[in-house]
Amino acid sequence: MSGTHNSEAPSGGVVVLDPTGERSLPVRERIPRPATLEGLDLALLDISKARGDVFMDRLAELFTEQGARVKRFSKPTFTKPAPPDVRRQIAEECAAVVEALAD
Amino acid sequence: MTDSARPLLPSGLVVFVKRDCPTCELVVPVLENLAGTGALTIFTQDDPSFPSGMPVEDDTALETSWHHSVETVPTLIVVEEGVERSRTVGWDRTEWERLASRTGLGPGLPDFRPGCGSLSVDPQNALDLAVRLGADAMQSRRVRYAPLEDEMEAAFDRGWTDGLPVVPPTERRVLAMLQGTTRKPDEPVAVVPPDLVECTVEKVAINAVMAGCRPEYLPVVLAAVEAACTERFNMHGLLATTMPAGPVVIVNGPIRRAIGMNSGGNVFGQGNRANATIGRALQLVIRNVGGGRPGEVDRAAFGNPGKLSFCFAEDEEGSPWGPLSADLGAKPGVSTVTLFPGEGPRIIVDQLSREPDSLARSYAASLRTLIHPKLVMAFDCVLAIGPEHARVFSEAGWSKEQLTARLHELLMIPTAELVRGSGGMAEGVPVDVSAPALPKFRPGGILIVYCGGDAGLFSSMIGGWVTGEVGSQPTLQEIRS
Repeated sequence: MSGTHNSEAPSGGVVVLDPTGERSLPVRERIPRPATLEGLDLALLDISKARGDVFMDRLAELFTEQGARVKRFSKPTFTKPAPPDVRRQIAEECAAVVEALAD
Repeated sequence: MTDSARPLLPSGLVVFVKRDCPTCELVVPVLENLAGTGALTIFTQDDPSFPSGMPVEDDTALETSWHHSVETVPTLIVVEEGVERSRTVGWDRTEWERLASRTGLGPGLPDFRPGCGSLSVDPQNALDLAVRLGADAMQSRRVRYAPLEDEMEAAFDRGWTDGLPVVPPTERRVLAMLQGTTRKPDEPVAVVPPDLVECTVEKVAINAVMAGCRPEYLPVVLAAVEAACTERFNMHGLLATTMPAGPVVIVNGPIRRAIGMNSGGNVFGQGNRANATIGRALQLVIRNVGGGRPGEVDRAAFGNPGKLSFCFAEDEEGSPWGPLSADLGAKPGVSTVTLFPGEGPRIIVDQLSREPDSLARSYAASLRTLIHPKLVMAFDCVLAIGPEHARVFSEAGWSKEQLTARLHELLMIPTAELVRGSGGMAEGVPVDVSAPALPKFRPGGILIVYCGGDAGLFSSMIGGWVTGEVGSQPTLQEIRS
């Protein structure tokens, strides 16, 4: 950007350099809420916190009763983001995902 | 700087001179000789009437000198169709004759005279020139505050601070900061969590300015950012945890002294600029570049004051032992940072032990309490040994390895004391553990560093966060200039 090299330009205030990652996050549209769970492939992502599986097991029962096909996924460890492969597989194979925390 | 901004030099011989340079005065007869026989262009830095009676290009604005990196006058350059082919600095008859393809230049002159400093690299001018001519090299978005906006408040309003005021990162200050490294502003340093944003040297420099760093601290900050963003250190997890730990930066090697770090009295406290600002700069990079903020991805329940800045140096000169960096594999004489995922430091007072084993037992009893006296193997620790305590070991001839081995021995804890329910406490290890005793720390999980003031029979300990591959491991990083 040329012409703004003086930090104290007479026409305005101080010019500084942006210290951030300059990510202008676009607002992403959510996919529509499914009208029914009947026949849907549904992902349950266990983040591997203690007793998350207990919660997930119960959710799986309830979703299955409503006609969904439940697929189970888990993160190797709750301390790190889900590996890209896991995220991609969920996106490709499932219509919706439930990610659960427990302790 | 864009190439289009750089003025081309005319073809033929080009020479940069200034009147205030005895060597430039000395070579005037040579310049007259060369001007009379071929293409010679003279750029004068301080006085367009020098050399008198000859046509010169006025470079008192120093733009041409700056763009062509002239550091000495006289500088003689051979240019062909705008491209520099060779240059020589000062007066060196052999070199001048080679560049000019002539013989017998300056017959009455000595063979050699060194030149003088170019005005374009004079400390009084260099930064102004860099701001005026080189600011375009910095790619970051410019943010212009409103005329009535207070420059300190403006940074708070934009969410750029850690709760304390920051130095406004003007172009001039960031350019000055970038002088602290030979790395280019657009060079990638790391991918910073949690937003996984690629961070350049320039972005680190901006945040180092804000933190209050001096340019000579920048290589340390860069190394700390590199170390923090490795898979091994796992800054993402350390940031996101509900636990209080944050990155602790331990500096070893010659750079500690060069930049005036504190490794002595009040080593973990306030009052030393390098200690206070290097750790802060790292945290500002995580916050501003990575987007890691408390209440968002930073889920710490308590945190600790060291998350503003926790950075210190080891007192290698005073230590009876080798430095921490060597324990982690660094070569002698290499400057390093070691990042440790640590909580706040806690004191170990023992004013009566004069025998090493007694003092080691005091350490072990204290270290056992870290995180919880009944939780084991999940966390590393830093044991910072002060001078008066270290003397107890060195006078008895104990090596660091000997002390470490003894601590691990003393910290083998009977499982019966650790299982859930023992001591009337529900917390503890599962009751089905079959081993008769468990180690408090994994092998290599006690990091010993020598620092602190020379009065006081004290040491200090810093508890860790989840270690191993699922957590964060102490991470050594070499500091590059």
